[in-house]
Amino acid sequence: MAQDGSLLTKKKISKEKEILAGADKKRRIVDFTGSTGQRYLRTCFIQIFEDEVHHTITSSQLFHPGEKVAIGASGGKDSTVLASVLKTLNERHGYGLDLVLLSIDEGIKGYRDDSLETVKRNAAQYEMPLKVVGYDELYGWTMDQVVETIGKKGNCTYCGVFRRQALDRGAKMLGIKHVVTGHNADDVAETVLMNLLRGDMARLSRSTSIVTGDDRSEVKRSKPLKYSYEKEIVLYAHHKKLDYFSTECIYSPEAFRGSARSLIKQLERVRPSAILDIVRSGEDMARLVPGESASSCACKGQKAPVPAISEDDIAGCGSQSGGAPGGEMAAMDKQLRENEEHAGLEIDVTKKIFENRQGGKGTLKEIPTRSGNPASKGSNGPRQVLGNCKRCGYMSSQDICQACTLLEGLNKNRPQIQL
Amino acid sequence: MGSSEPTSCETIPITVEFSGGLEMLFSNKAKHAVAVPSIDPVTNSPFNIGHLIRHLVDNLITDDRTDLFVLDDHLRPGILVLINDADWELEGEEEYEIQSGDAILFVSTLHGG
Repeated sequence: MAQDGSLLTKKKISKEKEILAGADKKRRIVDFTGSTGQRYLRTCFIQIFEDEVHHTITSSQLFHPGEKVAIGASGGKDSTVLASVLKTLNERHGYGLDLVLLSIDEGIKGYRDDSLETVKRNAAQYEMPLKVVGYDELYGWTMDQVVETIGKKGNCTYCGVFRRQALDRGAKMLGIKHVVTGHNADDVAETVLMNLLRGDMARLSRSTSIVTGDDRSEVKRSKPLKYSYEKEIVLYAHHKKLDYFSTECIYSPEAFRGSARSLIKQLERVRPSAILDIVRSGEDMARLVPGESASSCACKGQKAPVPAISEDDIAGCGSQSGGAPGGEMAAMDKQLRENEEHAGLEIDVTKKIFENRQGGKGTLKEIPTRSGNPASKGSNGPRQVLGNCKRCGYMSSQDICQACTLLEGLNKNRPQIQL
Repeated sequence: MGSSEPTSCETIPITVEFSGGLEMLFSNKAKHAVAVPSIDPVTNSPFNIGHLIRHLVDNLITDDRTDLFVLDDHLRPGILVLINDADWELEGEEEYEIQSGDAILFVSTLHGG
């Protein structure tokens, strides 16, 4: 089951070969012009894209009939494509899903207010109800105010922590237990790379799962577009003439993810399959991490101890960090160091477990084999208990949840700023 | 591009379109009617997509952040090009020789979603 990713990749590659046979191209995208080919192939691309997402959904058993599912909708290309594809597939294959759009208003003027207009149009186009939850109502702070207080540096951490909770809370308000997000293969590959560069295997392994959260967490997350190239998503949106919003978040240019993103795009130019290869490598590496459920398939019910913050949510905002490629690595290195400073803010339960199990020694004595089942092997380790935040009551593995910790810092600073 | 001087070579009309956020770099306008020389004056070879990219940087871009469009004299990785709605990978990428009436679309994939 954990092989899903690789199987799909293989399947994709063979499909590509079929499509592009004779064109001597390793890679897809599909739209030949001229004469009779054009229309057929365009339809063909759309059909293949939808079929692949359908395959991901069925092979991972992401949904059950009658399930209420909230689509995390930002108005950007990924979530717009996700909403469109899910609507199409839900009708075509009779998933029986009750789909709702769930948007977070971070309170960023000139960015989110505009993109929310796109989401509103999408809600009408796709005939889905829309729920908008604002940072201001949940936390008493908009991101504009946060940035005014702490500056642009590190603001993505705040935004990411707040967004994660906000999506969960929004889902709870709607009585929904499953949120799907538009994370694509490029996003997952970036996250794998970032965690590789940080040496954070525990989080790396978690970031490759298609589903996060389990029965104990109230809201589960999944990413149906996990195996879709960003390129395909953009082309799909283009060919289906989808209405999406594409302005960069005005606060994101410093995000670490931006450097990883540039690197991935450069790799893709040289080796188009690099992105899915990285995703697959991430899944393979995940299997080597003790105690981690490496399955990319939901059918076994994953035991992620606590739905820890995944990088996905911290900066799903892909940023363009300018500069020459030579500067990218330097910039990334700098970001890595800065990121370590922020690491203190992040809950990382699994990592602790991992360290404990090594008996405090830095070296790994026992390397689990691929054929073994790591999930059953090392599950006796102490797991942190999922409780509730003493302040806001939201689920948390610590007395005070991350959002409240960040808010405390912000609230302390507020008087200074207002003077 | 208004400066298409009456040199030895004639110009050909094409449409250049930007989306996915790139339009911000080009006076916030998505569609541009552009006249390009049929022969590149520098290399004296038929005008291709590579020449077009340089031409756009020299003549059409209005934002200082040209590195969001080109890096090291090539199109920035992560920007898709569709030539008459076909992926440029199928058309020879920068080598594709531009024909009269071509519609060239540049789409950034780099923006959040």
